[in-house]
Amino acid sequence: MASMRGLREVVARRRFLKLTGLGGAGLAAAAGAAVPLGRLLGRSGTARAASDKRLRRWAMVIDLRKCDGCQSVGKAPQCTEACIEGHYVPEPMQWIQVYEFPLEGGGTQFIPAPCQQCQNSPCTNVCPVGATFQTPEGVVLIDQNRCIGCRICMAACPYDRRFFNWGTPPQPPEAWAMKYMPEHQTPAQRGTVMKCDFCADMAGAGRLPYCAQGCPNHAIYYGDLEEGVATNGKEVVDLFRFLSENAAYRLKEELGTKPRVFYIPGYGQSVGRDPRQTGRKATVWPWKKVTKGAETWTR
Amino acid sequence: MDAVRERAEAHEAAGVTPAWRERLEGRVLAPLSRTSRVYYAWIGFLLVVLAWAVATYVHQLQRGLIVTGMRDRISWGMYILTFVFVIGISHAGTLLSAILRVFKARWQLSITRMAEFITVVALMVGGLFPLIDLGRPDRVLNLIFYGRWQSPLLWDVFAVTTYLTGSTLYLYLPLVPDFALCRDRLGKEAPRWKRWFFSVAAAGWRGTPRQRKALERAMNVMMIVIIPVAVSVHTVISWIFAMTLRAPFNSTVFGAYFVAGAIFSGVAAIILLMAVLRRLLHLEEYISGTQFKSLGLVLAGMALVMVYFNLSEYVTTGYKMEAGVPFHFHDLMVSYLAPLFWFYVLGGLLAPVLIMAFPKTRNVRGVVVAAALVLVAMWIERYLIVVSGFRVPLMEYQARPYAPSLTEWSVFGGAFALFALIISVFAKVFPMVSVWEVVEHRGPEPAPEAVPERRVIPVPLPAPVPETGAAEVSES
Repeated sequence: MASMRGLREVVARRRFLKLTGLGGAGLAAAAGAAVPLGRLLGRSGTARAASDKRLRRWAMVIDLRKCDGCQSVGKAPQCTEACIEGHYVPEPMQWIQVYEFPLEGGGTQFIPAPCQQCQNSPCTNVCPVGATFQTPEGVVLIDQNRCIGCRICMAACPYDRRFFNWGTPPQPPEAWAMKYMPEHQTPAQRGTVMKCDFCADMAGAGRLPYCAQGCPNHAIYYGDLEEGVATNGKEVVDLFRFLSENAAYRLKEELGTKPRVFYIPGYGQSVGRDPRQTGRKATVWPWKKVTKGAETWTR
Repeated sequence: MDAVRERAEAHEAAGVTPAWRERLEGRVLAPLSRTSRVYYAWIGFLLVVLAWAVATYVHQLQRGLIVTGMRDRISWGMYILTFVFVIGISHAGTLLSAILRVFKARWQLSITRMAEFITVVALMVGGLFPLIDLGRPDRVLNLIFYGRWQSPLLWDVFAVTTYLTGSTLYLYLPLVPDFALCRDRLGKEAPRWKRWFFSVAAAGWRGTPRQRKALERAMNVMMIVIIPVAVSVHTVISWIFAMTLRAPFNSTVFGAYFVAGAIFSGVAAIILLMAVLRRLLHLEEYISGTQFKSLGLVLAGMALVMVYFNLSEYVTTGYKMEAGVPFHFHDLMVSYLAPLFWFYVLGGLLAPVLIMAFPKTRNVRGVVVAAALVLVAMWIERYLIVVSGFRVPLMEYQARPYAPSLTEWSVFGGAFALFALIISVFAKVFPMVSVWEVVEHRGPEPAPEAVPERRVIPVPLPAPVPETGAAEVSES
């Protein structure tokens, strides 16, 4: 778990990258282009065309064979914690949450679930004011400056991936210093809905999402369906071959929501997990100092 | 002039003697000019309840929706289900004054006014709930600035506002001759502003044949127009649920089911209001056993329609037991929500049918008891739809319990106080019985005790007015 100081460094680095538009190595190198942020296409979000004018279609592959719910590191799931630290996610939201599902023959598997980035997204369909919308890249975002808090998107989401600020959300002071953007939903506002934003701004700047960075087992791959590549920060894979050869599936495929998050079946066997060893450590929110008048609640 | 004389003679023949008419007008207009102390105490009580509700709502504005029992996994609760319930009540007016009028029934004419009031007031009160439920009520105008017609919530906004406009108009039209009556009849005992109001609202009504024809025509148009609007309102309200990907809401009968439920609860509401007002305003002569029994039969009939919808719903989904349905059924029928569910089935669906089935209980008291049961059961039914729908876990987690908080109960109570307050004030300003229609179409009814076993058949009348002839002749 990062200390407060470490946390600030993350922010500082992140803001620097945003300001300068400098990309890291990783994915952008593979994609061949790191395009600066800030090229806003109206209010429909940010679209960063590659040098060859192709639109990115960001996708995520989570290799469940490598996910042991962080049992081996003896901590709460690190993807969740990295996400919380990177986005100042208010307690009790877990934009990426590690669910423990039972296996058919006994024992369990861990399934980290970020927003599934449905292409036929039920949430954006029902929003009465267009506060939640899809960018041209296919990323589903929320404009908290427009959200009226009717929560019909939460009724519509079949993956339990939307979170409401029931009270004043607890966030560390740094969050309040940041400039608000739908792509980076800080500071959080009471009475509005939040969720995983797929870190598309970071991807555009050539960096992996916080969850993929945080995973000690490199189980989370992030990539571009347009280019057909993905990386977990350690290796770069041919996205389509990777999906097919490992029989990837999507959650609740039968609903026709067409998510952009794929799963490779498994129960952590690649990192030596015994499926009968159940349970994971509870997620903790790192900051102690929070917004004045903030409250926490249970989901 | 001939037409006027003919009509007067026809009425005389039907028993509309000047003395009878005098009594009717006196009874109906009495509350408009005299007000008792009890009335003021009652208004005071309602204002206190309302003030408490407003205070709790202000508290909710200050702290956010955390003061409610809702959370992420049960993200709609008391407010939305009460919205569904109260808008459902509004269908009383449409059923009685439009649907039954289309079918040329006449027994309901003395209660249409009350039913139309219920419609308008229910829409005004019910329409507040989605706003109370908003996390950011300060941004409600975004619905206009950025409204997306693709969203079921916007359909609700359109439907409810259209319905409110239409039913206000439909309430006003038959009021015009009665306003004129008030203008002409109410003397110095009524406050000055009321007399001024009546003379303006009567819009120069003199009862000339031309005016009568215009009114008749306008009412006929509104009567037809308001029915599809009413049906659309509760259909799209059901669609805010049916458009989601949750197993218990995943239903094609939801629209029709909600409309049926709306009429069902609306009939119950009108029966209760009728019972209260006829006692308070001494209208026993005009609102008698006939009206109660007829509405009781409508209530029992609607209960059977609801049984049919519930069976269709539960048998088709229960047969297949798709994902989420086993949990839903268990939750509803055996565990968490079972007491409420079985109250709804036994008290709300079975009891009214039984009460109306036996001659011994088929009386005013029985009908009122049935209506009270139905009203409570239908609120519970809305509760079950919303809460049980949200309780089915979408991922691997423990289903969350839901209990409305004190704030939610207070706002709920406040809504009913507001409802009662508006009705109480209206009862002092508007004649609660459509005098001219009772005179025109009905004539005096024999005293109820004289013919206790009378069946629900409209009183045959000679056709008094040539221009409404078509409607009348077929009756006799």
